[in-house]
Amino acid sequence: MGNTIFESFIDMIDWQPLTLTFQLALTTTILLFLIGIPIAYWLAYTKFKIKPIIEAIISLPLVLPPTVLGFYLLLAFSPNNSFGAWLDQYLGLRLVFSYEGLVLGSMLYSLPFMVHPIQAGLANLSPSLREASYVLGKSEWTTLLRVLLPNIRPALITGIVLSFAHTIGEFGLVLMIGGSIQGETKVASIAIYEQVESLNYAVANSYSFILFALSFFILLLVYLYNGSYTKHIIK
Amino acid sequence: MIAIELKKILQATQGKMHLDVSFNLNAGKFLAIYGKSGAGKTSFLRMLAGLLQADTGKIIVHQKTWFDHQKKIFLKPQQRQIGYLFQDYSLFPNMTVEGNLLFALPKGVEKKRISELIDVMELGDLRRQKPHLLSGGQQQRVALARALVQHPQLLLLDEPLSAVDHEMRHKLQDYILNVHQQFNLTTILISHDKAEVQKMADRIIHLDQGKIIKDALAADFFDTQKSKPIKGTIVALDKNHLWVQIASEKFKIPRVKPDSIDYKIGSEILLNIQIITKE
Repeated sequence: MGNTIFESFIDMIDWQPLTLTFQLALTTTILLFLIGIPIAYWLAYTKFKIKPIIEAIISLPLVLPPTVLGFYLLLAFSPNNSFGAWLDQYLGLRLVFSYEGLVLGSMLYSLPFMVHPIQAGLANLSPSLREASYVLGKSEWTTLLRVLLPNIRPALITGIVLSFAHTIGEFGLVLMIGGSIQGETKVASIAIYEQVESLNYAVANSYSFILFALSFFILLLVYLYNGSYTKHIIK
Repeated sequence: MIAIELKKILQATQGKMHLDVSFNLNAGKFLAIYGKSGAGKTSFLRMLAGLLQADTGKIIVHQKTWFDHQKKIFLKPQQRQIGYLFQDYSLFPNMTVEGNLLFALPKGVEKKRISELIDVMELGDLRRQKPHLLSGGQQQRVALARALVQHPQLLLLDEPLSAVDHEMRHKLQDYILNVHQQFNLTTILISHDKAEVQKMADRIIHLDQGKIIKDALAADFFDTQKSKPIKGTIVALDKNHLWVQIASEKFKIPRVKPDSIDYKIGSEILLNIQIITKE
């Protein structure tokens, strides 16, 4: 009996929006990790006067309604405008209503969630660790890979998880630049909205519950890990 | 020989301070820079290491220019081949004791060097430990071993013993003296501890508010017979005492009786160091 309920639950929902959501979150997080580290490194150590401007720009997605970001990206990516036309013509890249556009939008949207923890992690390390490595003849690159990053592991994990979770949760931006194309840009959050609009509360509930449970467990794991890591260091 | 001539305006707690230090140092010597905190000692050492850039001046080490403001030469810390002991040890927490030493090993150098240093510094039992499990004294021994892996020309010690207890301090001082001789190093130690600089150094330079106020052989430094009297200014007086300002420090000294001299506030006075106690 229990088995049939479970099976009907599986059949009842279309899994595509969920897999698309996780695919998008994974791609976004990996790319953000790669570009987030150099940005955080630069911000943590630079003495340039323009640093506050860059910090403000990176933090914008924290305060702006996602629709604002989505609206401007929609304008920028549109083939009717110069930048979008250039992308289309020279790179063959159409960023509105496409998965690629969604990835780029998500990266901008989640950028502060990757950069802030890593920047804080680096800034909190004793400066003498970096200096000790330089004095031992090691380059900035070696120092970053072998001394700095291994010692800010909790910050890296926090950055990765927050970016991942935040991408799962995005809605307004995806709707603006992605539309809702089945299998291309229709992610879970949008599917939920559509199901509710058509009064399919049961399906909406399935999607919502899965997202809810997964998000909770991801965050729980992070806090458990970071808690034990901190204890381990203090001992 | 090492020739140093450095000037820099530093932002100190009491406002701007002009650091102006120049001296020559022979290879193989143990020099102590002595002075209270805020005198510019650490900034000076950081400039030697290339961690801080001076405004003007030059640093020439064994005929090689490390820094020359006019010629726009500034070698990075990586290019200076120095050993540097930080106040907080700065061991890499993610690596074991041995891992810390291996990290410091230059490319193409045999690992034998590491095992030798582990023996000299008596770290054999600790080699697989992570730094956070070690005591302060043990951490500083590891840091000293790590600083020597490169076979530096110059060993710079930034108050390395200020955070360890009295007994450990003596042991570590012996370790440092031992490696100084064994590895034929030129060593510069920064310290505000009179006993320490006297025990360790061949020569002592007293730094105060960024300026050298005394430069003498260690044997003569605290010996008033051989050292020149110091000039101070009387800032206050009563029946039995004088308060004399020397550089930034104020000293209280007993008045000689019966005194034939008519002391006045603001007038200059020559003092022997031995009779003065710090106010």
